[in-house]
Amino acid sequence: MQTYAIVGKNVPRNDAEAKARGAALYTDDLKLPGMLVGRILRSPVAHARIKHIDVSKALALPGVKCVITGEDTPKVKYGNWRLFPDTQDEYPLAVDKVRFIGDEVAAVAALDADAAAEALDLIEVEYEELPGLFDTGAATQEGAPVIHEYCPNNISVNRKIQYGDIDKGFSESDYIREDTFHVHAVSHAYLEPCSSLAQVDLDGRITLWTSTQTPYIVQCLLASTLGMRENDVRVIKPFVGGGFGGKMELRPFEFCAAFLAKKTGRPVKFTLNREEEFLTGRRRHAMTLHSKVGFKKDGTLMAKDLKIRLDGGAYNAMGPTATFLCGNFGAMLYRYPNYRFLGEHVYTNKPPASAMRGFGAPQSLYATEVQMNMAAEELGIDPVEIRLKNAQVTGDKIPDVATISSCAFKESIQKVAEMSDWKNKRKNLKPGQGIGIGCYSFISGGVFNWFNTQFPFSAAEIRAYADGTVHYLTMASDIGQGSDTVLKQILAEELGLRMEDIRITSADTAMTPQADLGSWGSRVTLMAGNAILDAAKKLKAQLFGAVSARFNLNVIYELECKDGRVQAKGRPEKGVSFGEAVAMVQKANRGEQVVVRGAYTPRDKGLVTPAFSFGAQVAEVEVDQETGVASVKQMWTAHDCGTVINPKSVEGQLNGSIQMGLGYALSEQFVMKDGQTLTTNFLDYKMPSALDMPPSKVVHIDSYEPEGPMGAKEAGEGLVSPTAPAIAHAVHDATGYWCKDLPITPEKILDGMKQNKK
Amino acid sequence: MKHQIRLNVNGDDYELLVDPWRTLNEVLREDLNLTGTKLGCGVGDCGACTVLVDGKSVSSCITLAVAVDGKKIETVEGLAASGEKLHPIQESFIEKGAIQCGFCTAGMEMSALYLLRKNPSPTEEEIREGLSGHLCRCTGYNQIVEAIADAADRMKTDRGKGVKP
Repeated sequence: MQTYAIVGKNVPRNDAEAKARGAALYTDDLKLPGMLVGRILRSPVAHARIKHIDVSKALALPGVKCVITGEDTPKVKYGNWRLFPDTQDEYPLAVDKVRFIGDEVAAVAALDADAAAEALDLIEVEYEELPGLFDTGAATQEGAPVIHEYCPNNISVNRKIQYGDIDKGFSESDYIREDTFHVHAVSHAYLEPCSSLAQVDLDGRITLWTSTQTPYIVQCLLASTLGMRENDVRVIKPFVGGGFGGKMELRPFEFCAAFLAKKTGRPVKFTLNREEEFLTGRRRHAMTLHSKVGFKKDGTLMAKDLKIRLDGGAYNAMGPTATFLCGNFGAMLYRYPNYRFLGEHVYTNKPPASAMRGFGAPQSLYATEVQMNMAAEELGIDPVEIRLKNAQVTGDKIPDVATISSCAFKESIQKVAEMSDWKNKRKNLKPGQGIGIGCYSFISGGVFNWFNTQFPFSAAEIRAYADGTVHYLTMASDIGQGSDTVLKQILAEELGLRMEDIRITSADTAMTPQADLGSWGSRVTLMAGNAILDAAKKLKAQLFGAVSARFNLNVIYELECKDGRVQAKGRPEKGVSFGEAVAMVQKANRGEQVVVRGAYTPRDKGLVTPAFSFGAQVAEVEVDQETGVASVKQMWTAHDCGTVINPKSVEGQLNGSIQMGLGYALSEQFVMKDGQTLTTNFLDYKMPSALDMPPSKVVHIDSYEPEGPMGAKEAGEGLVSPTAPAIAHAVHDATGYWCKDLPITPEKILDGMKQNKK
Repeated sequence: MKHQIRLNVNGDDYELLVDPWRTLNEVLREDLNLTGTKLGCGVGDCGACTVLVDGKSVSSCITLAVAVDGKKIETVEGLAASGEKLHPIQESFIEKGAIQCGFCTAGMEMSALYLLRKNPSPTEEEIREGLSGHLCRCTGYNQIVEAIADAADRMKTDRGKGVKP
């Protein structure tokens, strides 16, 4: 194992002090002279034609500077799947129709928030209501009302994956089971409500500061919806208070801020309130998963047939990706010699679902893992053993989809069983106690270019200075996960510099190199990290050349950047300081600044991702037999994320994942009635608090991903998947109840216990 | 009609004219440009806006500015004046990995200050109870709990050296 100076160390985050002092500026903290306040009018009905909008009273209100509706806009549809324009189904403001409660109808810019709020009440909209469709069953019935004209059956996307011979696989199986699972929608619930501030420059160009995970995507889609050129739109990401997938698209308030700034000539800021976030923010897809799986008597997997329907809500958003990824994740973890997947993304008159931490994996793997535990029980095989028997290993392929280039899944399962004392614990549980296991695999960024970017997937620029410092520029977006720190660690390691020698500018589309697709799908460490290494290699070639010439080094000498020096390997006397080496290169180029660029785009890596991570988790649960309340007593996790760049950051990701997984399993849900979201505050939407968190132990399995920078791969997202199935298994162990319908509420547990007694 | 109020914020005196419906959060963020205090929910559920009023922790989003007329307000900006040495709570938050996106941090730190003044040696359970009015979506809380326990130790050492917390 290679030893590193900075990689693998608990380097404090470079933004931690600013955040601890309250000095880090988020979008809503920004103010510009003459700034107006924007607000959005939203549809109170789930499905309707807009007959007429009258904004005259709102416009007449003192303090109101501008009111816009869809009719005032260029009416250009947008959506992240730019490669397939048919999937782009959203207007920034409704044109002719509204499709969910909360759909954006009009926007106001006013001198202050009070005037903006009052103006919303004065906009008169006449709706002709249409029947609403609130679940995938109703939406796919013959003759159901059509939500989008282009899509007569309301199924906007279907994706298939198939390999092997599924019929043969089942015919050779000794044991087959079929189950239907329902998983529910949950909220990203990032703490920072979305905010955007737009300014028109003196030359008519737009600058937008916005709470986003994807500045490049916002830049491009904002340009197209405004009818402007991409280079005339500059998107800057200030500090962002979490995203988890909920801030990775162009959003209507971003468009409205820019459009109103153009119309008024003044800066305009929109900040959503929490109610708007819960009512209209993106959410994780609710799904119905029908899974048929066949085994040999000895537990060997023979075949899997998986059908999933995603409740997409009113627009596609990132639904097409989630649909495909469900099928990919359905084929992960275990070796399915024969596999078939059909995923359908269905429109309903509900707030759109989209990407959320795990991106299809929490749903798909809930079905996989619960079913695996059910099968193990019926086959009389230990759940750990049946997993080890079927686990994927390095080099395994999903035909036409992916190759697994590193995999320490078996080691993770073995380790978590050992840490949790799995065998003994299972034997010695008291009534009401249970222990369960769940596993995950996740991607390190996507390969499929749905955004149709013409630039590399990630890019890096390094400017080197004679004072021994560098300036690193990247469009990668730190949204709280700590990518700025991790990327600086990779660069510092590669150039033999200290963290404080590196200035970083990130996520400004006019200043940082084109492009980076943003923070989603756990792509940043691997992709932006590889772009750094590419740039650093070019810089080192120049520095090494200069030092070689200066010391007249034999051509067989290897050179290195180490401890702030550029030198013959292991020979500090045959070398100079980093700054001196930069000065030499600069002199040789008649003073020209030393600048290098690097890029990374995954190639020849299948359809899904350049690398997969793996892990296993065990949960110990206690269920109150009287009330049915389940409480998690302890979590153990062993996972393979390749080289760990920053252990404390990885543990932070794990703890955060457990919080989210715990909420997904037990307490969080959107309560809906006829398309109306009823849980619109944190009292009703029950997110785990500090008192709910179980103690947690973790082991990072030592592994190396050949495609990753210094062997690193995904660490922040996959871990959200195993928690719910591990808890469901433990609840079954404690009560006999199998939850096939998340969340696992006390009512369901008590009902399940009653059923078992009958 | 606007009301004239006086606030002492982090040791600085302010005289302000405010509408009676304006919250302390709005006055801090918009009028005084003290944006370190955040607004996460606006209805007192999430704790991101927590400040101390006469030494007690309150949600600034549901506290009217006129209701704190004449009172002493402490916000995150007052923990350590800009450029000066960090408060032990801030040091612990940084070192223990208690900060990710940072949006809940200011509120968490202010509640930690309130807790540790009241109870310089809290148990883990007491720390968790002290944080029960706060939500965090990034950290899973455990590193925040660790940071506050660590800060308690640092503050005791500082007190031994005669430093006022």
